[in-house]
Amino acid sequence: MSGITASAAPPLPAAAEKLRFYASWLVAAIVLLLLPKIFTSGGSTTTFSLMGISIIFSLSYNILLGQTGMLSFGHAVYYGLGGFLAIHSMNIIGAHKLPIPLPIVPLIGGLSGLFFAALLGWVSTQRSGTAFAMISLGVGELIASSALILRTFFGGEAGVSANRTKLLKLFDWSFGPQIQIYYLVAAWTLIAVIAMYALTRTPLGRMCNAVRDNPERVQFVGYNPHVVRYLAFCFAGFFAGIAGALAAINFEIANSAYLGAEQSGTVLFATYIGGIGFFIGPIVGAIFVTFLSLGLSDLTQVWQLYFGLIFIAVVMFAPGGITGLLMMHRPLLKAGTLGLVLPSYLIALLPTLATIAGLILSIETIVHYTVNPGDDSHIKAFGVGFDAASPYIWAIAAVLLTGGFLVARKTWTFIGHAWDGATSIAREKGIAV
Amino acid sequence: MSAAIELRGIEKNFGNVAIIRNINLSIAQGERHALIGPNGAGKSTTFNLISGYMAPTSGSVLLRGDVISGLPPYQINRRGLSRSFQVTNVFARMSVWENLRCAVLWSTGQRYAFWKNIDNLPEVRDRTARILADISLTARRDVPAGLLTYAEQRALEIGITVAGGADVILLDEPTAGMSHAETGRAVALIRRLTEGRTLLIVEHDMSVVFGLADRISVLVYGQIIASGTPEEIRGNAKVREAYLGEEAA
Repeated sequence: MSGITASAAPPLPAAAEKLRFYASWLVAAIVLLLLPKIFTSGGSTTTFSLMGISIIFSLSYNILLGQTGMLSFGHAVYYGLGGFLAIHSMNIIGAHKLPIPLPIVPLIGGLSGLFFAALLGWVSTQRSGTAFAMISLGVGELIASSALILRTFFGGEAGVSANRTKLLKLFDWSFGPQIQIYYLVAAWTLIAVIAMYALTRTPLGRMCNAVRDNPERVQFVGYNPHVVRYLAFCFAGFFAGIAGALAAINFEIANSAYLGAEQSGTVLFATYIGGIGFFIGPIVGAIFVTFLSLGLSDLTQVWQLYFGLIFIAVVMFAPGGITGLLMMHRPLLKAGTLGLVLPSYLIALLPTLATIAGLILSIETIVHYTVNPGDDSHIKAFGVGFDAASPYIWAIAAVLLTGGFLVARKTWTFIGHAWDGATSIAREKGIAV
Repeated sequence: MSAAIELRGIEKNFGNVAIIRNINLSIAQGERHALIGPNGAGKSTTFNLISGYMAPTSGSVLLRGDVISGLPPYQINRRGLSRSFQVTNVFARMSVWENLRCAVLWSTGQRYAFWKNIDNLPEVRDRTARILADISLTARRDVPAGLLTYAEQRALEIGITVAGGADVILLDEPTAGMSHAETGRAVALIRRLTEGRTLLIVEHDMSVVFGLADRISVLVYGQIIASGTPEEIRGNAKVREAYLGEEAA
């Protein structure tokens, strides 16, 4: 029997492979440790903290969407409740001088998320698909609206604030400076990422995938898909709660925006853009979206519009997200045929960029005339100043948009051809594409 | 000794339409029993009623003497009854290995464990490897189930069904859509994998039925019109009239 196992089972990882696996986590830890030494500005420390929070939140969302096949429109409920409970705990701990240091508070947030997910999830996880999505939307709206009604707990419009430095000091860290908050977030991010990765490699994690693929068949291998979904939901709530608590610590405030539909939408957006089919997808998405939302909002007034366009583009042209797009190239890299595709990318790059530039120019001009038509027409978008009233600008926008598109469409077929050639060579070499 | 499966007065109505009309059937432990009948006779519905996919309108299903009708499918499966599907029903995005491993997990007592590393479970690994070798898909181990050929998917379907070690196996048209050679291999596979277990099989291919079954029941319009050994069925006038007709003549 062991002979069969040896010949039929996938080989167990060799010692070197295991070592490489642990080494990669160690490298991640070192990178997190050194990041603020490389990017020393206060702004980047804040950005990194927000990225860490977003990574945990997006990965927790992918336990639902990517791992178990549940599309939630109300995941921010558990993020927000984790945040509120963390704020209240900080106030209580500070007021009573309880011997609980700040680094423990995210765990309180996580347990709150877990508690509410366990409470609210049993009914909604009976079904996946549309029923689950609709219930998640309903619960989300319910909690978000009660946040404005139950003022004693949620603090109404203003929210509830706390002072993070009033807690028990640990190793002389007051957690006042942003850099200390960064390290707190980084440590929790690493812990949460490892924990969520480990979860995918457990019997429950694999049954989540099975429920995603075929809940009907799961019932006929002895598992109750409802219980699998419910447990996945509880885990997702737990990690979302940790993320919410870290956000509350970072901003020293929790308000109704934490729980709302916009927050739920953002996490769906980040997770999907990153790629739900890969564990690292949501990490990529969280970094990308955090970076973009901070960067774009400085560059243009209608940054949310661009977000929407990016989202539509990803859904239509790259359903595997950024990670899926990159991973498509792995078989070509293995076959050594990546060089056949790259030139076609370069050819397509210029006209595609021209199209995008034309689109941006058109959008900004239209925005100027619809939003503030009375203002000075000399506007600035993406750091470039131009006159929105000038017919030349309109002409340039039209030429870039239509001309660029017509040329770009031709170059995209080059990519298609190059891609076909490269993959067929890879297939001949016996590499699965 | 109580029968492996016993159907007592099973009826199933969809709205006002009676699909299954008073079926009584007893299958002994270790028996290979075939259920045949024309299209729409209610064979798949019978499977759905036994496996818990549907509850009967009246009557009861007994597994080794215990009533199982009304239980959800996963509880029936845990009691040692496993079924396959007429239309391939696998975990399409997961590899062959993952498919079989999911089918092994519950029977090795893993339940909903989230504290164990799935690659560190020797019993799961051994049993998955054994089933993989049994269905001859070792070379396709890491291929997503959705990308297998039709015959390979059918083999995987059977593999998932038997992987949990259930001693009562229900196979719903396992050779449907297969070529002659593929059918031959599938029958040999079924014979091997159900050795010492109770088998209830729905099949249209009469060579498979008569080659494999110890006993045969004929279902027509929701009723069993005959039940017996292959010889008895072959010689039964009612069966010839209703179903076998030319083939037996």
